[in-house]
Amino acid sequence: MSQLAPHLVMLPILVPLVAGALLLVIDEPRHALKASVSVAAMLAVLVAAGALAARAGAPVTHVYSLGAWAAPMGIVLVADRLAALMVLLTAVLALAALLFALARWHRAGPQFHALLQFLVAGLNGAFLTGDLFNLFVFFELLLAASYGLALYGGGTPRVRASLHYIVINLAASLLFLVGVSLLYGMAGTLNMADLAVRLPKLSPEDRPLLEIGAATLAVAFLVKAGMWPLGFWLPATYSSSSAPAAALFCILSKVGIYALVRVWFVVFSEGPGAELIAYGGMATLVFGMAGMLSSPDLGRIASFSLVVSSGTLLATIGIGGSNVVAPALFYLVTSTLGTAALFLLAELIDRSRIPGANLLAVTAEAFRVEDEQEQPEELVGVLIPATMAVLSLAFACATLLIAGLPPLPGFLAKFSMMAAVLDSPRVAAGAWLLLALVVLSGLVAVIALARAGVRVFWADSGRVAPRVRLIEILPVAGLITGCLVLTVFAGPAMNYLTRAGDALHPPEDYIREVLRPR
Amino acid sequence: MEIILSLGIAVLTGSGVWLLLRPRTFQVIVGLSLLSYAVNLFIFVMGWVRGGAAPFVSTRTIPDPAGFADPLPQALVLTAIVIAFATTALLLVVLLAARGLTGTDHVDGREPGQ
Repeated sequence: MSQLAPHLVMLPILVPLVAGALLLVIDEPRHALKASVSVAAMLAVLVAAGALAARAGAPVTHVYSLGAWAAPMGIVLVADRLAALMVLLTAVLALAALLFALARWHRAGPQFHALLQFLVAGLNGAFLTGDLFNLFVFFELLLAASYGLALYGGGTPRVRASLHYIVINLAASLLFLVGVSLLYGMAGTLNMADLAVRLPKLSPEDRPLLEIGAATLAVAFLVKAGMWPLGFWLPATYSSSSAPAAALFCILSKVGIYALVRVWFVVFSEGPGAELIAYGGMATLVFGMAGMLSSPDLGRIASFSLVVSSGTLLATIGIGGSNVVAPALFYLVTSTLGTAALFLLAELIDRSRIPGANLLAVTAEAFRVEDEQEQPEELVGVLIPATMAVLSLAFACATLLIAGLPPLPGFLAKFSMMAAVLDSPRVAAGAWLLLALVVLSGLVAVIALARAGVRVFWADSGRVAPRVRLIEILPVAGLITGCLVLTVFAGPAMNYLTRAGDALHPPEDYIREVLRPR
Repeated sequence: MEIILSLGIAVLTGSGVWLLLRPRTFQVIVGLSLLSYAVNLFIFVMGWVRGGAAPFVSTRTIPDPAGFADPLPQALVLTAIVIAFATTALLLVVLLAARGLTGTDHVDGREPGQ
C-alpha cells in the first residue's frame, strides 16, 4: 500500500480511462454488467479523490512526474488542495449523474457509461495537470466525451444545439493552441511553474506578444466558462441535453474558471486583465439574470443559473483577486451541486406534464432513425411514495441553494464572498456594483424558480404525479444533503479552502515543489 | 522563408475564418479544417524557422544547439493534428445527423425565413 501511495495522483485519471475502454468492448445489451463496472469505477474514483483531498497539501503539494522525467522537461501532475477539491467535486457529481442514469437513461442510446468515464478522466486530468499542453490534451478528451454526451439520446433539438456547441468549442480549442504556442515561443517552456519563473525575466519587447498569447488563452478558457459574450451556446446546449449529462456539465463550465484561475494566479501572478474579467463577469451575471427571468421551463432556468454562477465567480475573482479565492471556491462547490440537483429535478418534474413521461417522446424521435436501439422500458422497481411532496421539497431546497438563502450554504458562500470583496477592492467602484448585482441575482433566482415551482406544484391542470424511482431521487437527495453537511461543517471546509487559496497565490510553494529536483 | 510561411498562415486563417462564418455546415467544417492547418503551421513557426536543421541530437558528437531545430513544437503539432482529425471526423457525423434530422444543411437547422 505504501508503495502505491505515490501513484495515487494517477488513479483519478487512469481508473475511468481503463474502465471506459473496458466498457467500450462489453456488448451493448449487457446493461447490468456495464452498469456495475461503471459504478465500481466511479466509486474507486471517489475513494481516490477523497484520499487525494485528505492528503493534498499536507505537508506539501503532491507532484507526480509522468515516466519519471522531472519537471520542467517531463510532464507533471500536481495535486494541491485546489486540484484535489475539484477532482472530489467531479467524482461526487459523476456518481450522482451515474446513479440517476441507472434508472433509465443509460439504456436510451449506445455507450453512455463509456462516455461518462472518459469525461471524468478528461476532467480529472485537466484539474491535475501542471503542464499547459497537457491541459489542452485533457480539455480535448473531456470535450470529445462531452460532445457525445450532449448528443446522447438523440433528437433534433439535441443535434441542433450540439452542432453549435461542437463548432464553437473546436474554434476555442484552436485559440487555446495559438495561445499556448505563443507562450512557448516567448518563454520556451510549457510547464506552469517554469513559465511562472521565466515570464518575469522576459525582455520588454517580448511582452506584447506574450500578453497577446495570454489573452488568447484567456478567451479559450472564458468560452468554456460561458462568459458573456462568449457563452451564448451554453443555455441551448445544456438545456437540450439529457438530465444526467446536463448535471455533469455543471462542472464543465467550472473547468474554464479553474483553468483561468490556475493560469492567471500561478503563471501570471495576477497579471493584467483584472478589470476585463470583473466587468465581463458582471455582464455575464446580467445576461444570466435576464435569461432566468425569460425562461419558461426549468431546464433553461437551470442553464441560465449556471451562467449566473459563472458570472458571479468571474466578477468576484476579477475584483477581489487572491483574497477571495476561498469563499469563491465555496460558492463554486455549492452552486455546482445546487445546479446539478436542479437539472436532475427538472427532468423528474417535467415528467409530470404528460402522462407516460415525455422523455420518451424526445427519444422516440431518435429511434425512428436508429430502430435497432432498445427503447427505455417503462418504470419498474421501487417507486417512491408521495412523489409530489418529495419533489417539491427537493425543489425548494435547490431554490434556496441557488438563490443563496439561509439555511443552505449558498447563503454562507455569497455572504463570505461579498465580505471578502468589500474588504479588498482592487476595482473599487466595481465592488459595490457587484454586491448589488449579486443580491439582485438572488432575488431573480427566487422569482424565476418560484414562478416555475408554482406552475408545477400548485397549478394542477393537466398534470399527474410522476412516477419516480428511488434511485432517481437518491442522487438529488444526496447532492442536497451534501450541501447541508457543508453548512454544518462550514468552518472546517472554509479552513481547507483558505489554505487552498493561500497555496494558489502567491505561488512560491507551488513553483518550488514542482521544480524541486527529485 | 519567413515571409512565405507567414503569408501562408495568413491566407489559411483568413479563408478559414470567412468559411467558419458561412451559413452552411459543410463550409463551416472546411473553414475549421483550414483554421487548424493555419494553427498547426503557427505552432511550428513558434519553434523558430530554421532550414535544414534536424530536430534530434546525435550522441557521438557534442552538438551545437544553434544547429538544431526545436523538437517540441513538432511533437505538439503532431498531437494537435491527431486531435483535430478526430474532432473533425466527429463533427462530420454530427453534420450528417443534423442534415438527416432537420432536412437542411443550414447551421441553425432551418432555412432563413422559415
